[in-house]
Amino acid sequence: MLYREAGQFKSTYAEDQQIFPIRQDRIAVALLLAIAFVVVPMVANQYWLSAILTPFLIFALAALGLNILTGYAGQLSLGTAAFMAVGAFMAYNFVLRMPWLGIIPSFILAGICAAAVGIVFGLPSLRIKGFYLAVATLACQFFVLWAIQRIGWFTNNSPSGVITAQTVEILGYTFDTPQSKYLLTLGIVAVLALLAKNLMRSETGRAFMAVRDMDVAASVIGIPMMKTKLLAFAISSFYCGVAGALYAYTYLGTVEPEAFTLDLSFRILFMIIIGGVGSILGSFLGAAFITLLPIFLNVLFGAASHTFGLDISHAIVSNIELMIFGGLIIFFLAVEPHGLARLWQIAKEKLRLWPFPH
Amino acid sequence: MTNLSFFFEVLIGGLLAGVMYSLVALGFVLIYKASGVFNFAQGAMVFLAALTFVSLLERGVNFWLALVITLAVMVVLGIAIEKVVLRPLVNQPPITLFMATIGLTFVLEGLSQAVWGSQPHGLDLGIADVPMQWLADSTGMFISQFDLFASGIAAVLVASLALFFHYTRIGRALRAVADDHQAALAVGIPLKNIWAIVWAVAGFVALVAGLMWGARNGVQFALTFIALKALPVLILGGFESILGAIVGGLIIGASEKLAEVYFGPMVGGGIESWFAYVIALLFLLVRPQGLFGEKIIDRV
Amino acid sequence: MSRAARIGEVVLAVDRVSLAFGGVKALQEVSFDVREHEVRAIIGPNGAGKSSMLNVINGVYHPQQGTIRLRANGAWREFHDMDSHEAASMGIARTFQNIALFKGMTVLDNVMTGRNLKMRASFVEQAIWLGRARREELEHRRAVEEIIDFMEIQHIRKTPVGKLPYGLQKRVELARALAAEPRLLLLDEPMAGMNLEEKQDMCRFVLDVNDHYGTTIVLIEHDMGVVMDISDRVVVLDYGRKIADGTPEEIRGNQAVIDAYLGVAH
Repeated sequence: MLYREAGQFKSTYAEDQQIFPIRQDRIAVALLLAIAFVVVPMVANQYWLSAILTPFLIFALAALGLNILTGYAGQLSLGTAAFMAVGAFMAYNFVLRMPWLGIIPSFILAGICAAAVGIVFGLPSLRIKGFYLAVATLACQFFVLWAIQRIGWFTNNSPSGVITAQTVEILGYTFDTPQSKYLLTLGIVAVLALLAKNLMRSETGRAFMAVRDMDVAASVIGIPMMKTKLLAFAISSFYCGVAGALYAYTYLGTVEPEAFTLDLSFRILFMIIIGGVGSILGSFLGAAFITLLPIFLNVLFGAASHTFGLDISHAIVSNIELMIFGGLIIFFLAVEPHGLARLWQIAKEKLRLWPFPH
Repeated sequence: MTNLSFFFEVLIGGLLAGVMYSLVALGFVLIYKASGVFNFAQGAMVFLAALTFVSLLERGVNFWLALVITLAVMVVLGIAIEKVVLRPLVNQPPITLFMATIGLTFVLEGLSQAVWGSQPHGLDLGIADVPMQWLADSTGMFISQFDLFASGIAAVLVASLALFFHYTRIGRALRAVADDHQAALAVGIPLKNIWAIVWAVAGFVALVAGLMWGARNGVQFALTFIALKALPVLILGGFESILGAIVGGLIIGASEKLAEVYFGPMVGGGIESWFAYVIALLFLLVRPQGLFGEKIIDRV
Repeated sequence: MSRAARIGEVVLAVDRVSLAFGGVKALQEVSFDVREHEVRAIIGPNGAGKSSMLNVINGVYHPQQGTIRLRANGAWREFHDMDSHEAASMGIARTFQNIALFKGMTVLDNVMTGRNLKMRASFVEQAIWLGRARREELEHRRAVEEIIDFMEIQHIRKTPVGKLPYGLQKRVELARALAAEPRLLLLDEPMAGMNLEEKQDMCRFVLDVNDHYGTTIVLIEHDMGVVMDISDRVVVLDYGRKIADGTPEEIRGNQAVIDAYLGVAH
């Protein structure tokens, strides 16, 4: 009853092209943003802000980046963590060596560096596809990590290879509380998500999807293969690079190359599989799911331990967590390959009909 | 010791290490040949096999009995994987199946450690990892006894697999399925049974690989990463060729070792972490189907 | 103006094109021309090389010998190794025998991809969405909606293409080809797999395209009734060679053509 579109007519193409064509959606999103920007910083405690919400946003951004490359453009990549590492370490170097730039321009430049790396390692995509390409991106993952570890310049010749992100300062205002870090991350992620959504519903997005669905046909109708694929790598790596910079500056604080291993790449891949490939919303849903699941499991096992008097060790819990991750991947791939985003769409369809069954 | 014999020592050491990679790659090839699935979980299977075997040994189970039990576990695992993972995904594109095997990897890794614990174990097969004395004495080269033993095992394994595929009824059925599922069905070959058999055989291969690697490096979580090294081997050798897995392994093993020893010091070492992948990458650009694979043709 | 009167000068000339795959000779010294605004059919038994001919014209295959000449803006351009992307930018569009639509996108999006060569805004402009990118998108949306109206697929514009029945998919593919506003439209068996009613609809669409937009059409078709009805001139291929070239009436009575179809040894 509530979620009806009756009476909402679109009389121009512009109205039809909106991101949220249904008025109730627009209201819901506005409400959500208001809560995220205003209510949450006031109400949430430090743990939630710095250990859950901020990393969720950062991973959502990285997942968004990977989704652009793998979900929309169909180029499977296992090098996400490497691009994040480039973003993190380049941001550090820009802030360190050119402090007059400012944080936001440094982040942007770091993203562009990541984009450049992405283009280089995306070149093989012009000749190879599918999981062969995935193996090529593994080369990127291992090589970039080795380069950062071996070449002292990246870590300012730190003997342990660990760098400490400088405090974030924009226009004289210091971002050093959990609230301010959260808001900074939220702001950056929200803007980039909007840009991504705009991009994916324009010609670029269509070109990506065309290359994903049938690249020979795409080429025949005039879509340039090389430019499109490399652009996908560039934009995706940019997003991952900025996510990496945020990872260092608003979450970790002290960063080592080992924070960006293949394991992280897999995690982000899982986020988009579970959340929904080829969907901006899916990136957020998947990131939320993967970020919250360990906490949920810990609580669950903690409660089980208490109720049943069992002593379930932390190691067992983390192993079970691995198994559940893996199991969920298989489950989603089999049952709903388009992930949570599609389930959400189905729920909305049902909601439009509610309270009628069909 | 002269430069030349040092070179040969590194080369042979690399070749033998490569054989170890081939052992893992063999499992991939078997499954890919028969079901077209690229089983990313092969490394996890190697780990599970090694861990199960070692844990049984440590609990006092007799060596051969432990072997049999582990083999049974791998066979059951193969059948379970076919039922739970492959069948629900039967008509999906290969990339989906590949991602499902990534999920499977995590499941197996978690399962292995949940059941047997996560401490590293040592595994002693009775052959020490020491240089062969008479070889060192006569040529001045230090070649590990264990490496030679592993190569011998690998050779026996490959030979038996080759015989199995060519001369038995089941082997023929496997080759038919690898060629064309529909045609195999049309002549009455029971596809599901075949896949279960293939995964079981791959499990056996994983067990052998797990034993070799476990004895060499210890049975620990890092074993799962060996699977990743098998990927460049497969790219070089082609995904469907047993011979390719061997040749690819030899090439990767040798070039990796040589690069590390001769180029490594110039750039601070650690080349082994990425060199194999870069070689695979360059190879992909020139000959995507590998040395022995079949050319992939895209038709509109 | 009658159909015959509207037909203009030669716009496409295929000159002694030979194409071989390894030992298989797909095309041997085939030459013919296509005039502006006409409907040209390529027919022949299976394996005659018809699809290969179309693939050569739009640059998917490169012939070992011979050239394709295209008249653009009054001047002739000669190709023997044009790639498909260049062909598209030269105003050649095509449909495929086995539907090459983008299954993951909606009908509207699929047809919009047909306009990609006309879009000028950079990706940065598209990301920001204000200004040129937005105007362009709406303008092309308008043009695409006209084509959607023309092809009578308004009711399915937001449906993912993979969910549509075969006949409708073929229509969408034609709409996508039209969206590029091509000068030359290559149709590879546009009526394959259709029942009588669907074929009649598709014939009507093809003729409407030729009438309304004036597009020159080259089509491969097996249904003789369709070929005789809608084409102005016909080329007949057999085993990679041209064996006849003329109006439908001339072809109908041609002994060589009859022999080829009946399988008489030659």
